[in-house]
Amino acid sequence: MSPSSATSRARELLGVGSLTNKALRTWLHGLPGVDQVGIEARAAALATRSIKTTSKEWAIDTAIGMIDLTTLEGADTPGKVRSLCAKAKLPDPTDLGTPQVAAVCVYGDMVHIARESLGDSGIHVAAVATAFPSGRASLAVKLADTKDAVRAGADEIDMVIDRGAFLAGDYRLVFDQIAAVKEACARTGDEPDAHLKVILETGELATYDNVRRASWLAMLAGADFIKTSTGKIQPAATMPVTLLMLEAVRDWRELTGELVGVKPAGGIRTSKDALRYLVMVSEVAGDDWLTPQRFRFGASSLLTDLLLQRQKLRTGVYSGADYVTID
Amino acid sequence: MTRKFEYAPAPESRSVVDIASSYGLFIGGEFVDPSGGKSFKTINPATEEQLADVAEADAADVDKAVRAARRAYERTWSRLSGAERGKYLFRIARLLQERAREFAVLETLDNGKPIKESRDVDIPTAAAHFFYHAGWADKLEYAGLGPSPRALGVVGQVIPWNFPLLMLAWKIAPALATGNTVVLKPAETTPLTALLFADVCQQADLPAGVVNIVTGAGATGQALVEHPDVDKIAFTGSTDVGKSIARTVAGTRKRLTLELGGKAANIIFDDAPVDQAVEGIVNGIFFNQGQVCCAGSRLLVQESVAEDVIHRLQRRLGTLRVGDPMDKNTDVGAINSAAQLARITALTAAGEAEGATRWSPPCELPEHGFWFPPTVFTGVAQTHRIAQEEIFGPVLSVLTFRTPDEAVAKANNTPYGLSAGIWSEKGSRILAMADRLRAGVVWANTFNRFDPTSPFGGYKESGYGREGGRHGLAAYLDTEGTH
Repeated sequence: MSPSSATSRARELLGVGSLTNKALRTWLHGLPGVDQVGIEARAAALATRSIKTTSKEWAIDTAIGMIDLTTLEGADTPGKVRSLCAKAKLPDPTDLGTPQVAAVCVYGDMVHIARESLGDSGIHVAAVATAFPSGRASLAVKLADTKDAVRAGADEIDMVIDRGAFLAGDYRLVFDQIAAVKEACARTGDEPDAHLKVILETGELATYDNVRRASWLAMLAGADFIKTSTGKIQPAATMPVTLLMLEAVRDWRELTGELVGVKPAGGIRTSKDALRYLVMVSEVAGDDWLTPQRFRFGASSLLTDLLLQRQKLRTGVYSGADYVTID
Repeated sequence: MTRKFEYAPAPESRSVVDIASSYGLFIGGEFVDPSGGKSFKTINPATEEQLADVAEADAADVDKAVRAARRAYERTWSRLSGAERGKYLFRIARLLQERAREFAVLETLDNGKPIKESRDVDIPTAAAHFFYHAGWADKLEYAGLGPSPRALGVVGQVIPWNFPLLMLAWKIAPALATGNTVVLKPAETTPLTALLFADVCQQADLPAGVVNIVTGAGATGQALVEHPDVDKIAFTGSTDVGKSIARTVAGTRKRLTLELGGKAANIIFDDAPVDQAVEGIVNGIFFNQGQVCCAGSRLLVQESVAEDVIHRLQRRLGTLRVGDPMDKNTDVGAINSAAQLARITALTAAGEAEGATRWSPPCELPEHGFWFPPTVFTGVAQTHRIAQEEIFGPVLSVLTFRTPDEAVAKANNTPYGLSAGIWSEKGSRILAMADRLRAGVVWANTFNRFDPTSPFGGYKESGYGREGGRHGLAAYLDTEGTH
C-alpha cells in the first residue's frame, strides 16, 4: 500500500476530507477510555487459568512456533547470529520433533548472515529498522535503513514509531512515517513484500489510553503487526498492555475485516508467562490469532525455558540448564 | 496443528479435606448430639452427591447454646481485655489462612461455587475480616463511638448460603472483637464450613461457649430469634424472612440488624471505559452465579452505546466456562439448591412471557446437579418482574436510559437499595450520581469489591445496620450506656 492509498483509506475510515492532526486527534481521542485498575485486574484474572497435561503440551509447542528468536546487541557478530539461526532451526537436538521458531530477529547489518544461515528452512528473518531503538533520525535515514534490510532479504521489518511526535500530538507525522516505511517494505515482481511490525514502545507512552491510540494509529497506517516494545526500555511487554493491544486488533477486525498481529517483546522469560499470554490471546482476540502469522513472542531466553518444560513433559523429570543448548 | 486452545481438566484435589459422615452441634466448645436426635443431609449441588448428615437443632438445643454463650460472656469473655480478645481473633485469622485450601475445597463442595472464587475471594476475605477486627478489639474507645462503648452480650446470628464462611466472618469477627459471645446458625444447605470453623475455634483455644454453632433450617433460626436471653439478632438473607424477624423482635429489648435482598443497577454511561465495564457487568451478575445480594442484576446502559455494549457483553459471555466447580478454570458453577433453581427458572419464564428477549451463550450443562446458564434479557421494561424482583441467579436484565436523570430515576425505582455501580470516565459525573443513588454501596468503575474496612449495608427493603469498617462495630456495641 502506498502512502497515498493509506491516506485515502484513512480519510474514508475517519469520514474526513483531509487527514489533519485535528481529524486524527478527534478519532483517536474518541476511542473508549481504559480504566487502569480494571484492565490490570482482568489481566491478573486471566493469569490464573490452569493449563495442564495435553493443553500444556499443545501450548508449549504453539509458543515455540511463535518465537522471534532475538539478538539485538552492539556486540552481535556473524558467529553469534549463525549459532542463533542454527538453534532456530533445531531448537532441541534431543528431540527432532520440536517445532521451529517463527523468525530470527536481528539488526539490519546481520540480515544477510541470517538469511544465508536459515536458507529454505521457512524461518523468517526479521530486521529491526528505522533507527531502532530510539527512532530519532530523519525519515530519509529510516527509509534507507528499512530498504537496506529488505534488500538484504528480510521477511519482516520491526520499525519503531516516533514516540516524541506521538506524545506531542503530531499524529499525522507518526502516521506518515509508518505509511512510508510500509511502502519501503515492498518488493518488486513476484517477491513477497516484507511484513511490517510497528513497535509502539509502550513503556514510553505512559498511559493505557495512549497505548490504545497508538495501536489504532499504527493499524490505520498499515501495520501488519503491532508490537509492544524494543526490549531496551523498562517496562517492556506486560500482560495488561498486551491485553489492550489484543482488544485493539479484535476491534479493528470488526471495523475493517483485517487481522492485524500482536507481538509482545521483552521480559517474557518463562513458559508459565508464555502460556498466560496464549490464554489471553485465545480469550480476548480469539483462536484466529493462535498462529505465528498473528501472534509472536519477541524473546531470547524464553525458548530455553520452553524447551526445558517440553523435556519435562516428555520424560517426566526436569533435566537442567545443561540439557538445553545455549545459542 | 489445530488452532484451538482447549483447556484440559484441571481439578482441585478434594483429598485436602476430611468430611465426617455426620456432624453434631457445636455448643460450649464441643460437638454434642442434638436433643431430638434429628438430622438432615447436605449435598454437593454440582453432583447431588450426599456429603454428610448434619444435626438439626431444636428449641432445646438453641436454649443450650444460648446458655453456653451467656455463661461464656459472664465468666470469661467480658472479663478479658480487648488486647486478649484480639489475640484470639488474630489466631483465628492465621488459622483460616493456614487452612485456606481445606476451607476453599469444602466451600466449593457444599455450595457449588467455582473453586477459583472460594480460593481467591471467599476464604482470603474471611481471613481479612478477622485480621481487621482483631486490630479493633483493643481500640474501641477510639472508634469515635463514644468514650466507653460496651458489648451487648449474647448475639444470635443467622447467615445465608451464598457466601457461607465469608458471611460467618462478617458476623463473628465484629461480634467477638467488640466483646460479645455468639450463637450462629448457618444456612441448611451450606453448614460444612461453619462446622470446620468450629474446629478452628477449638484449635485456637477460644474459650468454650464464646462461639456456638447450631445447624438447622428455618425453625432453628426462629428459635434463636425468639430466645429471650439473646441481646441482639444479626441476620443476612431474604427480605421476606428479614421482615418476619423484625416482627418477632419488635417490642422486645433485642437489637436487630438486617442485610437483605437487592436489585442493584449497574449504570453504563456512553463515556465508560467499555471493555472494563463489560468485565464489571460480568463480575456484577455472574460472580457466584449471581447469587449475591448486591449483584448488579439490572444493567442500565445509555441508549447511544447500548448496542455496542450488549454486543461486547455477548461476545465476552461466549468465553465463560460453565461446569465442574472443582475445576480451576471454571467461571460459573452450580446453583446452590433445587429450590433456588426452581425460583430462577420460574422468574426467567416470566421474563419471556412478559415480552423481554432472552439470550444465553451456547454452553453444555452437566447432567446431574443444579445448573442454569448465564442469561441476558434485553428489551426489559421497569414493569417486568425480572426488573423488579430479586432473581438471585445468573440472570441479567438490560434496560436503557437517555439522560443521567432518567438513570437515577430508574435505578432508585425499586423497593431495594443495597448497591449500585456507575461506569464513566468523568469523575464529576460519578460523584454527582453517587450522591443521588439510594443505595448503601456505590461502586465506581468496578463492581462487587469487598473490603473489611468498608461498611456494607442497605437502604429501604435491603435492611439496616452496617457491616465492616468503623460503622460495623456500632452494630455490636452499646454506645449510649442504655443497655
